Amino acid sequence: MAEKLIFEKGSSGRSAFSLPELDTPETTLPEGLLRQEPLRLPEVSEPEVVRHYTNLSRLNYGLDQGFYPLGSCTMKYNPKINELLAAMPAFTGVHPYQQEKYAQGCLRLLYELQDMLAGITGMKAMTLQPAAGAHGELTGMLMVKAYYEALGQARGRVIVPDSAHGTNPATAAMCGFEVVEVASNARGGVDMAALDKLMDDNTAAIMLTNPNTLGLFEEEILAIADLVHGRGGQLYYDGANLNAIMGWARPGDMGFDVIHLNLHKTFATPHGGGGPGAGPVGVAEHLIPFLPVPVVSRGSEGYELDYKRPQSIGRVRSFICNFTVCLKAYAYILSMGSDGLRQAAADAVLNANYLQERLKESYNLPYDRRCMHEFVLSALRQKEENGVRAIDIAKRLIDYGYHPPTMYFPLIVQEALMIEPTESESLEGLNAFVEAMLKISEEAEENPDLLRTAPHVTPISRPDETRAARQPNICLD
Amino acid sequence: MNETRYSRTHEWVRKEGEKILIGISQHAQDELGDIVYVELPSVGACINAGQSFGVVESVKAASDLYAPVSGEITAVNDRLQDEPGLINQDAEGDGWIIAVKDVSDADWNALMTEADYKTTL
Repeated sequence: MAEKLIFEKGSSGRSAFSLPELDTPETTLPEGLLRQEPLRLPEVSEPEVVRHYTNLSRLNYGLDQGFYPLGSCTMKYNPKINELLAAMPAFTGVHPYQQEKYAQGCLRLLYELQDMLAGITGMKAMTLQPAAGAHGELTGMLMVKAYYEALGQARGRVIVPDSAHGTNPATAAMCGFEVVEVASNARGGVDMAALDKLMDDNTAAIMLTNPNTLGLFEEEILAIADLVHGRGGQLYYDGANLNAIMGWARPGDMGFDVIHLNLHKTFATPHGGGGPGAGPVGVAEHLIPFLPVPVVSRGSEGYELDYKRPQSIGRVRSFICNFTVCLKAYAYILSMGSDGLRQAAADAVLNANYLQERLKESYNLPYDRRCMHEFVLSALRQKEENGVRAIDIAKRLIDYGYHPPTMYFPLIVQEALMIEPTESESLEGLNAFVEAMLKISEEAEENPDLLRTAPHVTPISRPDETRAARQPNICLD
Repeated sequence: MNETRYSRTHEWVRKEGEKILIGISQHAQDELGDIVYVELPSVGACINAGQSFGVVESVKAASDLYAPVSGEITAVNDRLQDEPGLINQDAEGDGWIIAVKDVSDADWNALMTEADYKTTL
């Protein structure tokens, strides 16, 4: 049964609190400042409030409940030890404006995390400031812009592949660049001939994900880097898919000049509604002067915040970073160790390939080659033969107790279902998911309506997304 | 008979006497799903073949509209502001998006006939 809104519960005059008796003289506010109507608040008792939110929380679905194969989002398990460490009073009691000499431990942690991330990615320096991935992209591309301004070069274009994350063209446009799309080839990689035509001396950068959004390793990355660098451009690395290569290959060694990471993906900090993210940005030597201030550095008197950087793009957020998120990533890296991180990437790739092999007979696999940490199926056969779309399959998975995979992305695959198991799943867990997917493929043939009307186990089956978007009305009455 | 031609990016162009209408194909609306918003250009602006002139947003994705030909915009379909679903109901009729003039024969001839377009789907 659907949970009512809290405004629909309780009754007039009921409340969940009692204020202490007034012990100061009562004053009245000027007439003009008084509300004409009482504030409309829910009128409920404490048990009603507690039950309401407890019931809502039980409708939530998270990784602590089950499998969450949301491609491109790397929904790996978030170890609880990281939460314990982040809750230590030594960290929660620190104020961001505390004098540097009284926050040496925190600054050391940030300094060392910068160093570890630079080592993992092969970059020369990192900033931890950006609050999430897209923010990291913006920071990185603003540095590219500042770099060309400093060189006195007017480069107004940025190239993105047609398989790119939507944030890539959005970032480039936010920075004032014209966005040009480069096509993918038949193997799902960047079409070198098309790139060769597009890459001119007006192009500032190409933004790439490697592995790309099809979960495929960009095999020609070194040739792409040579081509782009040869014509004076920069390579931007979208780190959304770093989990596939962590400990095995480094963006810096591939020739990338600027990268962002998603700590809430690759480095096991909570994702989405589970907590804020963090999008550290790494740069090659020539971009170091443009890093946002302050930079956490090490001076003669310990760790410090360096603001004296004349070519810096400035601040990109308040304070220094999402500190406890960085702390959790730091704890994750230390508890895994370099061998552990390597193993995690290997297991993530193995899990994805296992699922891909077991599912590719029942669903179309448009790019049939060894995948990395994720792969993209297509429900085109089900759509053509049974009138069942990717969204129907995704909704039916909810009935089987799974969070649906990413749908309709990347845009170059029709009826796309993008599946990323991560390293967190056991063989039994993967097998159970395969069984559900195979059963759903049978159901598509035998009883397509069962899928079209799914999910059947949730209080609300399918919200009317079309009407919600066309006639948004978020008022109660 | 007014002939309709198509671009590789799934826009259609139709000459109706002096008027030249542009929209997205029936196939494109089916792929996009329920359209919830259309970002229209201004009358008097010029469109350039192959470049974006607006955006359609559906429950699935936001997609650029690519100009199938170059020309000057003489009208936009204002009804789409309140009724974006017109594109789903009648993509190649009431769901037209812009009208243009000054389209070159070369641009027109570079487009696909309906029969050719259907073979690409």
